[in-house]
Amino acid sequence: MTVELLSANHGAALAATLAGRANRFGRGFCSGVYPITPSTECMEYLCQQTIEKGRVVRVESEHSSMGVCIGAACAGARTFTATSSNGLAYMFENCIAAAGMRLPVVLAVANRTLGPPWNILADHSDALSLRDHGLIQFYCADNQELFDTVLCAFRLAEDQRVMMPVMVCMEGFILSHTVTQTQIPDQAQVDKFLPPTSIPHRLGDVPHTLGQIATSHQIEIHRWQHHNAMLEVPKVYAEIQNEFEADFGRRLADIVEAHRAEDAETLIVSMGTIGTTAERVVDRLRAEGQRVGALRVRLFRPLPVEAIRACYAGKRRIAVIDRNIGLGLGGVLWSETRGLADAGTVVQNYMTGIGGGDVRPEHILAMLADLKSRRASGAPSMMEAV
Amino acid sequence: MREPALGGMAHTVLDRAEPLLRKGNTNCGGCGMSITLQMLRHAVADRRVQLVIPASCAAVGAGTFPQSTFGVATLMTTFASAPAAASGIASVAALNGEDLRVIAFGGDGGTFDIGFASLSAAAERNEDILYICYDNEIYGNTGGQRSSATPAGAVTTNTPDGKAEQKKDILAIMAAHRIPYAASISLAHAEDTHRKLRYALDQKGFRFLHVLSPCPTGWKSEPALGLELVRLAVRSGLFPVYEIFDGKRHVVNIEPDFSDEALNMYLSLQRRFQKSGLAASDLRPAIDRNWQNLRALSGRIIPARREA
Repeated sequence: MTVELLSANHGAALAATLAGRANRFGRGFCSGVYPITPSTECMEYLCQQTIEKGRVVRVESEHSSMGVCIGAACAGARTFTATSSNGLAYMFENCIAAAGMRLPVVLAVANRTLGPPWNILADHSDALSLRDHGLIQFYCADNQELFDTVLCAFRLAEDQRVMMPVMVCMEGFILSHTVTQTQIPDQAQVDKFLPPTSIPHRLGDVPHTLGQIATSHQIEIHRWQHHNAMLEVPKVYAEIQNEFEADFGRRLADIVEAHRAEDAETLIVSMGTIGTTAERVVDRLRAEGQRVGALRVRLFRPLPVEAIRACYAGKRRIAVIDRNIGLGLGGVLWSETRGLADAGTVVQNYMTGIGGGDVRPEHILAMLADLKSRRASGAPSMMEAV
Repeated sequence: MREPALGGMAHTVLDRAEPLLRKGNTNCGGCGMSITLQMLRHAVADRRVQLVIPASCAAVGAGTFPQSTFGVATLMTTFASAPAAASGIASVAALNGEDLRVIAFGGDGGTFDIGFASLSAAAERNEDILYICYDNEIYGNTGGQRSSATPAGAVTTNTPDGKAEQKKDILAIMAAHRIPYAASISLAHAEDTHRKLRYALDQKGFRFLHVLSPCPTGWKSEPALGLELVRLAVRSGLFPVYEIFDGKRHVVNIEPDFSDEALNMYLSLQRRFQKSGLAASDLRPAIDRNWQNLRALSGRIIPARREA
């Protein structure tokens, strides 16, 4: 175990490198990569590594980078790629294909708003667009958590009970370009944590077609199996957490991270880096004697319904902060979780930090002031973070 | 008219017992893609191969899960992804020291149009892939729309008055990538086809084969006349059969007789050209220009037939 000063982008690439090398006794590592701001540094770092029994293919588009990963996974290799924003939108079709063929591809996403209007800054609209297509989604809040989650993503994706792609998301620039000290395990530790990839349906010598046509009923069954495999994720993840702790001596973050939430009357719910800002706000308000807590949803697909419901229980007011707008409805996290609160709980949605707006403690305090004045849940509000 | 299977070449035991295109497939009668796969099976012999097939008639032809039409392990990709996915498979095979031929097998839509960026990039990287384009000059799978491989004058479901634009010269484009091997294939010339498939299978790097693949459904032609149509296209000079090594050395394999008789016969046997009323005289100038160019590239002044 060493400590290195790394950006989250580089951390994700280093985790993928270690995971790739760990499969040298298996069928190796193969990745298709294509640059897009702000995930570019991730693929650059990967391209600078020497990976025994590994190849990084520099392709001509995101569509093809996932295409290479699909081919490589079908041939039994461990696979990884990274992208952002419109790159993810361009990759969309092949992400669905990787999921539909139940291939354990790990995809790091440096979240960036979808253009136009164009900028290169963070919101979650890119990754959330893929929420319903059978890819597991994690949203991370700091560099160490991102590194650990990428490593764990390989283990989770390749688990025989799960066997599907995993997306690990970090907000562009806010996290992707932030450099912090990161604990990096030795290769031997990673070798132990990540046994060789085994994809039972990979192409071999038995004639069969992967990704072919199926009848309506077969598709119903296929989707149902996929859905149920996703529902296994919290259980499998808990097992991986224990092994991770045993192997690396630190605890992998939970699927939802509650902060002083147990006896709270007011709960602040969010995903990604806003969650850590919310935790600081909670600490400040707790010092003033206010019963406030925070909940950070790390695993968004499958949605940990029971964990969120348990945390929502008994709360008087809940502020759900979304770094996205589900245009025509409201924040995605809010719309998916508002029904999990008790009847009578005021659940108010605040959409903020869209297109990279810097969400600071004062914004969250303003949301809480607004929330306090409400007697009932209202329509989603927009909180401009300027 | 009854063409002998494999153009008269003797079947091997493998051809019969373990075909690439198995019995019970749903391809139309007279489909050039079916014939290509039978020829490919004969050439593959006991080599280890896997197929990568983008959305196309061949993908539909794979049949419904859990059956598979194809006699080898096959990956069906999204429409534009066959070259990228094949790159992944070939890379992993190489990393594991496997003697595996990865064959991407796409139609003209997946090759000339939607998959073109991916194809060009895989060729530029010189991936170890054999790419075979069975070109039926139409989007057959979706019911017969124009592609950039559809020749001028052909009626399709979205060019009801005949396509105005010329066919893309895919072989020249692929040769411009300076790949180790690019060739056009006439299914009506079995020995030449067999030799090229064998050669392409055993080369390293990116190999591209362009097959004129008759489509009775889209061409509005008699299913039994498919190979005869290919023969006429070759005879008339409309479909040049040649190969290009490393993007440099051009070798013409089959010398046409350039007869208007063959060209008129080719046009009149397909209803897709009926509406535009194309005749040999309309096509001849472009054919002549194309061949002047080919003569210059191949360095052959005297027409010669290359023996297989």
